[in-house]
Amino acid sequence: MYEISSAGNKNRFRRKIISLGRKIYLSAEETVFLWDAINIIPIFANMNERVIEKLKVLAEAAKYDVSCASSGTSRKNRKGMLGSASGWGICHSFAEDGRCIALLKIMLTNYCMFDCAYCINRRSNDIPRATFSVTELVDLTIEFYRRNYIEGLFLSSGVVRNADYTMERLVRVVKDLRTVHHFNGYIHLKSIPGASRELVNEAGLYADRMSVNIEIPNEKSLQLLAPEKDFQSVFQPMRYIQQGALQSAEERKRFRHAPRFVPAGQSTQVIVGATADSDKDILRLSSALYRRPTMKRVYYSGFIPVNAYDNRLPALKQPPLVRENRLYQADWLLRFYQFQVDEIVNDAYPDLDLEVDPKLGWALRHPEQFPVDVNRADYEMLLRVPGIGVKSAKQIVTSRRYARLGAEQLKRIGVVMKKAQYFITCRELPFLTVHELSPEGVRHILTQKTGKQATDERQLVFQFQEEV
Amino acid sequence: MTVFRYDKSWEGLLTAVFDAYARRQFPERLLAEKEPLPLFCDEAVTICTDPAKADRVWKGLQKRLSWTALSMLTVAWLSELPDIDGLLFRYIRKAIDAPQSIELNFGDPDVLAVSKIGKKVGSEAHRVVQFLRFQKAADGTFFAAVRPVYNVLPLTLSHLTDRFADQRWLVYDVGRAYGYYYDLREAVEVRFAEQEAHLLSGKLDEARMAADERLFQQLWKTYFQSIAIRERLNPRLHKQNMPARFWKFMPEKW
Ligand code: SF4
Repeated sequence: MYEISSAGNKNRFRRKIISLGRKIYLSAEETVFLWDAINIIPIFANMNERVIEKLKVLAEAAKYDVSCASSGTSRKNRKGMLGSASGWGICHSFAEDGRCIALLKIMLTNYCMFDCAYCINRRSNDIPRATFSVTELVDLTIEFYRRNYIEGLFLSSGVVRNADYTMERLVRVVKDLRTVHHFNGYIHLKSIPGASRELVNEAGLYADRMSVNIEIPNEKSLQLLAPEKDFQSVFQPMRYIQQGALQSAEERKRFRHAPRFVPAGQSTQVIVGATADSDKDILRLSSALYRRPTMKRVYYSGFIPVNAYDNRLPALKQPPLVRENRLYQADWLLRFYQFQVDEIVNDAYPDLDLEVDPKLGWALRHPEQFPVDVNRADYEMLLRVPGIGVKSAKQIVTSRRYARLGAEQLKRIGVVMKKAQYFITCRELPFLTVHELSPEGVRHILTQKTGKQATDERQLVFQFQEEV
Repeated sequence: MTVFRYDKSWEGLLTAVFDAYARRQFPERLLAEKEPLPLFCDEAVTICTDPAKADRVWKGLQKRLSWTALSMLTVAWLSELPDIDGLLFRYIRKAIDAPQSIELNFGDPDVLAVSKIGKKVGSEAHRVVQFLRFQKAADGTFFAAVRPVYNVLPLTLSHLTDRFADQRWLVYDVGRAYGYYYDLREAVEVRFAEQEAHLLSGKLDEARMAADERLFQQLWKTYFQSIAIRERLNPRLHKQNMPARFWKFMPEKW
């Protein structure tokens, strides 16, 4: 039933593994053996009830990582391979919390020797633990993919033994998927903090995107909450990824067939609300990260007190979802609306306004910039008008070549006139602007809750660009 | 008032454009062949679909519109909305008459309407690509049933044949009772003489399923339930992102 996959393997593990195969939860010592079991590939997939249980445990363990995007790589199918990458993310399902399910987001194991205060999988928690074998994980990925359940795999892991030991196992899964099973779908691999350059470099050859999570936006708090980690262990692998990607880009200029290295770049995640850090601290960090060539996304994850007993962390009744959404909106402004971080948050306004979105907030603080004449203003200024998004701004610029635009056309183009009317002039425009009404007046009008509020401020902004 | 009768095909519509210019007579309404004439109808012209004429109109349009705008026209056609032909007829006429390309003039109600309908059809096609679920049959074919609002299967084929190049599959539009079968080389349109149970319900029964199909459905359902964060349940957003009309064909919702 089993065969030894690589010559370096010791036969003596063989029997041990077969007897272990029936267990659902293993003790820490047994895990060590199971890790070695990864070398042994069952010829016939052994998918059964046991795997259902493991899947449950390891999906639960992975779900607090909020990144889900499967975008950034465009790859056609190649002969004899399974799958493609579409370039734009495809959500294949939406979980009951409303979040996109694009990838099989899963941990290889939720055993962990670290004790990070904010993490459900920390060593001191008494929770069900499980470990997948390479085969199980590879089979799951491929069979889910063939049924159009997913775009690919998002793999992470708790730390077992040491960073490199764990990282090596992760690399083995993705290498197997790519080289043995010719899997051509999307792979996001979360690098283990502290992993070595060699392993990061190898992983980058198979993964589309890699990530190292910062989690806590300043080093002091990080060390308090995750004593085994420091900024070095996070930023070092980030640098390896960046260097690997830049180097490969260089080589591909000279040799067209030089291997690609994390073509979709890297991402990271910051937990919001677990520490006293202000939005200014968080967004300055994001903005610094976006200046790095391969950093594609910073995700914000509203803190969920999974370890309520730990009094280093605040006791929140509810995750700070509105704040999280405001951070995503501010992040959009940085990436697509040509805002500088200090225009959004600064020493005078260290935190985002929870009541209005950050673009409206900026406009209300800068009435002198308005009203904007939509038939004249340049694209950059149109982008700054509340209620005009990237798409509408572009359509305005092309359409006004044919005729001067009025309120009717703007509405049809998709401008949210409810907001925009106070900040623009167009062909007719009898509106009262922010000058006549004063910023306070406009704020008052726009924050009045009508019976059925159309927008849910707790919504996450993920795949799509909304008009802000 | 003048009306044109034609066979309600895409080529028929283009032929109608050709004949209208040839006769210098433009219809106020486009009717199907058997549709009753409206009141106050002075003249009813019957159009005989002619691929050569259609081709000439299409070639003419190619000179006036970008590739994006052209494909927008065919995509909007797939909406099968009751008066999509009238709208496209007006659009094409404007495109032919205008000295410069009209496609970006969103101030024109017809241009905007075509673009809006095109986008709607496009997003329905995208939803099919997102939410379509294959079930593996005992013979190894992967079967997926869908029931899209618009006739969008043709728009999903390039994606599906590219992605699932190494497996046989059948995607089937339950509402329109036709589908595409991919035999590892190309996807061909198929219709079935006999409407077997799974072509109506969209679900393979136990006897037709591959041995491990049930297991993977269970695994997927387990995953779907485990991945939701209970502290942030948001049924409204869930429904908004994944419209309930698709659930019938998705194992995670069974
Ligand atoms: S290292 Fe990762 S898995 Fe382990 S406790 Fe810390 S955050 Fe959790």
